[in-house]
Amino acid sequence: MELDFEVVDLPETDHVEEGDEAPDFTRPLVNDEYWEDVALSDLLNDGPVLLVFTPMDGAFPTTYIWNELRERGVEEYGVQIAGVSISSPYEHKTTIEERDIQDFAGLFSDPQNGVAEQYGISHDLDGMAGVSEPRPAVFLVAADGTVEYAWVAEEWPNFPDYDAVEDALVGL
Amino acid sequence: MSARTAPPRPEHSDAHVTLYRLQACPFCERVVRKLDELDIDYHSRFVEPMHSDRDAVKRIVGARTVPAIIDDETGVAMAESANIVEYLDATYGGDD
Repeated sequence: MELDFEVVDLPETDHVEEGDEAPDFTRPLVNDEYWEDVALSDLLNDGPVLLVFTPMDGAFPTTYIWNELRERGVEEYGVQIAGVSISSPYEHKTTIEERDIQDFAGLFSDPQNGVAEQYGISHDLDGMAGVSEPRPAVFLVAADGTVEYAWVAEEWPNFPDYDAVEDALVGL
Repeated sequence: MSARTAPPRPEHSDAHVTLYRLQACPFCERVVRKLDELDIDYHSRFVEPMHSDRDAVKRIVGARTVPAIIDDETGVAMAESANIVEYLDATYGGDD
């Protein structure tokens, strides 16, 4: 979509990059039936993980991102797809159902946004006092914990380059 | 791994007791208190208030009620807090 004005730039950030070790964390991971504490390293024991940070559930970029990843069937690359947002487990359960993403590993619930801070992608929301959330970002983490592909939004809003994500999945 | 294929005991959990619970449910907290009292390591799985959304529990104990536990050291899966507390005391309580 062409706009006749400049989209808002997000400030430069010192975020996790390709070649870095993905910071480990533990948060409630929500699936279509329940939630339980799970560490990123637990998922990595089962294989690579595509970690997808989104704005809060219900925001349109979140809806678009999950719709696109579902349509592309990215889980068929043999990678576990795990989301992260500040939304509660209850909202995540609704999102999993509405976005029809039961085949993904689940959505991590991180209301205090600490995981985004670990990854250097925290975004203070203008007009929502005291609320920060991850800026949209995608990290493909190999089973050994190495980040093989990283994309972090530089504009607000900004969407992943899905073809590049799929290329990275193919290359893993 | 979707919920339907998940084993009752998560591979990443060292705890041999898995507790299916509902946030703020007093019957569930009663079981937690007993688990703590007996110093039993457990892993929590939270389900929704809506009974119809609790198929994970139904597959294990045949009903959609919480609390429910699975103890894979003994192979026991059971619901009802009074039964669970009694079971935990009998199995792990030692002699009083």
